[in-house]
Amino acid sequence: MKPPTLEVEGLRTVFLTDAGPVRAVDGVSFTVDAGETLGIVGESGSGKSVTALSLMRLLEEPARIVGGSMRFQGRDLLAMRPDELRALRGDRMAMVFQDPMTGLNPVIRILRQLTEPMVGHGRFAPSEARRRAIGLLGRMGIASPERNVSRFPHEFSGGMRQRVMLAMGFANDPALLIADEPTTALDVTIQAQILDLLRQLNAEFGTAILLISHDLGVIGSVCRRVAVMYAGEVVEEAPTAAVLEDPRHPYAWALVNAVPRIDQPLGEDRRLVSIEGAPPDALALPPGCRFAPRCPFKVERCEREHPPLAEVAPGRLARCWVTQAGQLLPRTGGAGLGGARAVPSAGAPLLTVRGLVKHFPLPRESLFAPRRVVHAVNGIDLDLARGETLGIVGESGCGKSTLARLVTRIHAPTAGSIVFDGQEIATASAAAIRPLRRRMQMVFQDPYASLNPRMTIGETLAEPLVAHGLAQRGAEVRDRVSGLLATVGLNPAWVSRFPHEFSGGQRQRISIARALALEPELVVADEPISALDVNIQAQILNLMLDLQQRLGLTYLFIAHDLAVVRHLCDRVAVLYLGQVMESAPAEALFARPLHPYTGVLISAVPVPGRARVVLEGEPPSTLIRPTGCPFRGRCPIARPLCETPPPLAEHAPGRWAACHFPGEFAHAGLGA
Amino acid sequence: MLRTVVTRLAGAAIMAVLATLVVFLIANTVPGDPVLAQLGDIAASNPATVAEWRAKWGLDLPLWERYLLFLRGLLQGDLGISIASQRPVLDDIAQYAPATVELATIAFLLALGTGIPLGIAAAVWHDSWVDAAARVISLIGVSSPTFWLAFVMLAIFYGGLQIAPGPGRLDPIAFPPDEVTGLFLIDSLLAGDREAFHDAAAHLVLPSIVLAAATIGLITRTTRAAMLEAMGQDYVRVSRAKGMRESYTILRHVLPNALIPVVTLGGLAYANLLAGAVMTETVFSWPGLGRYTFRSAAALDFPAIMGITLVVSITYLLVNLLVDLSYAMLDPRVGR
Repeated sequence: MKPPTLEVEGLRTVFLTDAGPVRAVDGVSFTVDAGETLGIVGESGSGKSVTALSLMRLLEEPARIVGGSMRFQGRDLLAMRPDELRALRGDRMAMVFQDPMTGLNPVIRILRQLTEPMVGHGRFAPSEARRRAIGLLGRMGIASPERNVSRFPHEFSGGMRQRVMLAMGFANDPALLIADEPTTALDVTIQAQILDLLRQLNAEFGTAILLISHDLGVIGSVCRRVAVMYAGEVVEEAPTAAVLEDPRHPYAWALVNAVPRIDQPLGEDRRLVSIEGAPPDALALPPGCRFAPRCPFKVERCEREHPPLAEVAPGRLARCWVTQAGQLLPRTGGAGLGGARAVPSAGAPLLTVRGLVKHFPLPRESLFAPRRVVHAVNGIDLDLARGETLGIVGESGCGKSTLARLVTRIHAPTAGSIVFDGQEIATASAAAIRPLRRRMQMVFQDPYASLNPRMTIGETLAEPLVAHGLAQRGAEVRDRVSGLLATVGLNPAWVSRFPHEFSGGQRQRISIARALALEPELVVADEPISALDVNIQAQILNLMLDLQQRLGLTYLFIAHDLAVVRHLCDRVAVLYLGQVMESAPAEALFARPLHPYTGVLISAVPVPGRARVVLEGEPPSTLIRPTGCPFRGRCPIARPLCETPPPLAEHAPGRWAACHFPGEFAHAGLGA
Repeated sequence: MLRTVVTRLAGAAIMAVLATLVVFLIANTVPGDPVLAQLGDIAASNPATVAEWRAKWGLDLPLWERYLLFLRGLLQGDLGISIASQRPVLDDIAQYAPATVELATIAFLLALGTGIPLGIAAAVWHDSWVDAAARVISLIGVSSPTFWLAFVMLAIFYGGLQIAPGPGRLDPIAFPPDEVTGLFLIDSLLAGDREAFHDAAAHLVLPSIVLAAATIGLITRTTRAAMLEAMGQDYVRVSRAKGMRESYTILRHVLPNALIPVVTLGGLAYANLLAGAVMTETVFSWPGLGRYTFRSAAALDFPAIMGITLVVSITYLLVNLLVDLSYAMLDPRVGR
């Protein structure tokens, strides 16, 4: 019998730091058979990427493999000489990394980067390699590969680059492909295309795939089995479908339930399961179960004894005393904390946007070149009622973030009107807007970049209070700041700490506290959770729900994660090329989308076992305004009539769509 | 690519015209009356003589008309007459420039040839003894004053060890090769004169090392930093994951990216070497532009100073143009 493609036994990798060895990977074992697909899931710092780099023997100082064994097709990877390893890498065993924007060398043509490994490993002559490179690019779904192969990376979009990276991975027809977060940097539609491709390549070439991701949905749509990692250990290993359905380790349970599912009915209580605390310090791991300090199901034994990874059901392993004793974990998230959702008031809307346009002229490339213009927002109408949450979704470049900056008047619109609480602000002067600023605040995506590293969080939170004269310096400000920290669930004693002393989730809480400092009515949140781990995402979403109920906030919530939007928002507007394609109450929109673009967006969300309609291509350039319906170039149901632009019309109460054939695509076989 | 060349050329031409304007304005608005400087006290007290003299030199014309005349002269290759040498400034510059071009070019090639490999080695084996040695070399190069280094080199290799020739471009008793380019290395080769070639080359060794010292230091540092940055990029890890040899990864993936900032520095450094060899040329009795500049400045020879300033600024423009164009060649994201 042939040995398995990959056999990892008790792998231990440490980072040798001044403070002592950090146990990044601590006794990981798994097996990947020929042609098999295994996923590794876990939050940042759980050791999944270090595992992948250990397998490739690509670790850099100060990381070192200190124990265990790794066998690739029966050969001991740890006993190999550097030249033997080099012969294996990129040949039998290939790896695709997370960020396609930086993974390609900007000064070398695509062709050369593709043929390098083929020629370098002596598998193909240069002319053959060229033919194969073109063939592979075509197979990866790149149009006119003969022409594109001689381009440079910067001429490719992110999705195209990731296809090139995959083609590179498959250059020598490897036995194993390791893909480390290959779709994390991509839009959901492009992610769907790449995941489909991975699945097909696995089926077609019989290449075993080890897929690393923080997203169980992504893993579920490619991998039959999954290993869940926590604090450097595998805590559960089982068929992916089984983990999603019935996780047997409390951490896996938390991962599954922290994420809203687009394919499950929405309950009255929108709170998500979130676990408190942070992963243990890898320098001082607890003696018992590493998850015990955060575990809602722990028993006395968990604190004392470190559980082994043992069988809890046929084909299912878990590292948990509780489930090994036969106990099952509850099906859905714990106790509902709050009551029913507040119903948005029916009075005059807080924010009304009509015909909003924003064009950004680009700097001239040279003295004589014509000036080019980015058409970011091209005529948007929106209404936002008090206490409502309006979600804005769309692919990157659709104008979501520009819209956020327009309604808060960080940018001045090119045309159109923005009425905030009865006051026209589209053309108002900076001085006229200043008093309104405190009534609308923003929360940004990157909690690392949006806090000034040289200010304590106390200063950060006091600044808006003092600037708007809401509190006197001294005791009054101190009281307000303490109150704010308590509101967002942080310890008020931390006021004199600096941002770098906080985790990403805590920083996002600080950003929210800063936005709340002025007691705003409208909070515009631009992708507030997309830089965070799923458990932290759940915490922040719960916090936002809480605050809305307590303070009667109105949210404009911008996100690319459709399941989260469905979960959090009352109404949703779908943007494409700076225009609203569809806007409707969230539940109705997801249950039965009217616009085909909404349909394909929903379909692109990775849900295991669901058939997908993959949207081909990518959004066109925003430098040129399309004629007719902006979506018709990619629309699966486009017809000659679409050459005339469809107006945004109300097709049912509260349901607006800009399509000549509303609802037709959904009937065409998506199935809600 | 062609478009880049054309637009950059047009930009450089505009800058050159602006440079002439600046040079002209500085020379014509400095305090001091040329009438008093050129005419005797008695002649200057006669209004008729002064007016005639002003008319002769065009000083009675408005400033802009004088500028146009100056430009017309430039187009005809006329930079005026040097007060000190009583020869056309252009002829003077043409006489002194080759010595400087030769010295600066050799120093530049030396700086690149030493600094880049040293920087690469320091980055590839960073935190090793190679890195430490490179750091010491670049520190010495950057921080030694030129005049001091020049004297020390002369004292050791000429005075002490007597293995290097003395100052000057050639042995005092040797005849220069027939002039074609004015660059002795090339002229002697063209004339087939081996002896003169060896003589000229030997005389270049010490001054070019002295002149290159600071540039070697700068290029080593910049190369090292750029290499380290490029080595941390994802595409380098991708190359390793593809199983490419380490030497291939360094030379094909890291180096081309690391060279981009080095080119910028190199261009500026070359222009500096051309314009700033005063100290070295003085110590080594090198009959170049640096010494000519020094003499003209000391003699307040305004036509000569204007001519040199113009030549130097045009040199900077040309070098910058070359840097821009090599950018477009090295980095596909620029231009095209």
